[in-house]
Amino acid sequence: MNKPIDNHDNEHHPYVDNPGSPLPPKEGHVSQGRFERVLRDGHFAVTSEIAPPDSVDADEVYRRAALFDGAVDAINATDGSGANCHMSSVAVCALLSHIGYSPILQISCRDKNRIAIQGDILGAAAMGVCNVLALTGDDVSSGDHPEAKPVFDLDSVSLLTTIKTMREESRFLSGRKLDLAPKVFAGSSINPFVPPIESRVLQLRKKVEAGAEFIQSQYCFDMDILKSMMKRAVDMGLTEKAFILPGVGTLASAKTAKWLRSNVPGVHIPDSIVKRLEGAEKQKAEGQKICVELMQQVKEIEGVSGVHVMAYRQEEFVTEMVDASGVLDGRKAWAPTGWVDTART
Amino acid sequence: MYSLRRFASKHSKAYEVVYKFVEPPILASLTWLNKVAGDRFDKPITWMEKHTKGALFDCQMCGNCVLSKTGMTCPMNCPKTIRNGPCGGVRANGNCEVKPEMKCVWVEAWGGASKMRNPQEIELVQFAVDRSHQGSSAWIRLAKERDKEKQDRKQAAIAEDVS
Repeated sequence: MNKPIDNHDNEHHPYVDNPGSPLPPKEGHVSQGRFERVLRDGHFAVTSEIAPPDSVDADEVYRRAALFDGAVDAINATDGSGANCHMSSVAVCALLSHIGYSPILQISCRDKNRIAIQGDILGAAAMGVCNVLALTGDDVSSGDHPEAKPVFDLDSVSLLTTIKTMREESRFLSGRKLDLAPKVFAGSSINPFVPPIESRVLQLRKKVEAGAEFIQSQYCFDMDILKSMMKRAVDMGLTEKAFILPGVGTLASAKTAKWLRSNVPGVHIPDSIVKRLEGAEKQKAEGQKICVELMQQVKEIEGVSGVHVMAYRQEEFVTEMVDASGVLDGRKAWAPTGWVDTART
Repeated sequence: MYSLRRFASKHSKAYEVVYKFVEPPILASLTWLNKVAGDRFDKPITWMEKHTKGALFDCQMCGNCVLSKTGMTCPMNCPKTIRNGPCGGVRANGNCEVKPEMKCVWVEAWGGASKMRNPQEIELVQFAVDRSHQGSSAWIRLAKERDKEKQDRKQAAIAEDVS
């Protein structure tokens, strides 16, 4: 379990010995990770995300990840989400990769310039991270350090170009050669629910052209908008080039829903959802029921490859909801069963 | 300045026509000036560019001008200086996530681009700006680049003739 991860030579670390070792390379796959494999094998994938702890406790990271065992194929580690400070996403992903999980490293362009970001990509890949999600990031003004300097040297599309350059051309942006390129599966996000709604699919195409191989979306509570965007994406052939995983979420109450849509820019929740929550006896349970239904509806849409479940502060219900939705068709997502805390036993 | 900038995005087509009309003489004079006087006039030219484009577009002098590709809307006015926007935080009324009183720069840009002759230009991937060009003249750079391309083409034609 504590053997070092060696990207150079899989032969010495077949994954039966060490679940954190890269999988054997496979034709047509850019990474050696489990997440890409699930998608390319044609399975409907489920991803979720954990908020990195405000702590140095690695066990806390493992405890949070274990909540998803069996139901989630890849775990996003947010990078200072909402511009709030937490444990770094690189560290969370390194910890999770080490025991075999397939985390998705979120990189926000808010806090780091191109020098730091390229260094992080190399470092993360060296520690076994196989998936990267390129994000522009929330502005510092929305977080707990509004006095910080926003960087935004790159944006999400430039970051995708950067990842592709490093991976395909084995070089830094400067042109300097890499001895070993980071074999990471690259993704980005979209938000089809906010203006300019008509142009959002063109922006999706831009991201795919820049190198996005998977796409996760912002909270989807409005199926009509999602369906019309997906139809255009299918017509443009974008779903042949990238795996699209719309985001769904749980709302704890009608009050939460109202707060979210008026205080978190980019979150679009139709009145029908708020009314349904208001009319329910147990709003939290209703919120979860809505989430399950959304997962099922998302799966029916042509061109969709999976679903991204965002259950902030309701992480312990993700497994239950995924099971209830039946979207995995009885498949069990890989999890490092029998993990032992070697340092303490 | 904000209203002039919004006017430019709204009337991007007219601005495009003017731009197509004035660009060649400006670039030609800059190329000529560069040949006869070197970089002696770079400072006043940069000053002029800064104030003209500043008044019309709230230009931030990034030195990597893409106005004609972004619906005559300067992307450097986006608080996140996104070059391939908008981000996912646009408000339901089309305003900016960071500055709620401002229309999202990229909503304006896509709107402006749709009225222009080549509406697909905005769909091209723009790599992040070269920050070392901040404060310098995009006009002079463009003039030099165009001139170099012309010289290279000439050289290539001569080389072809010789062979």
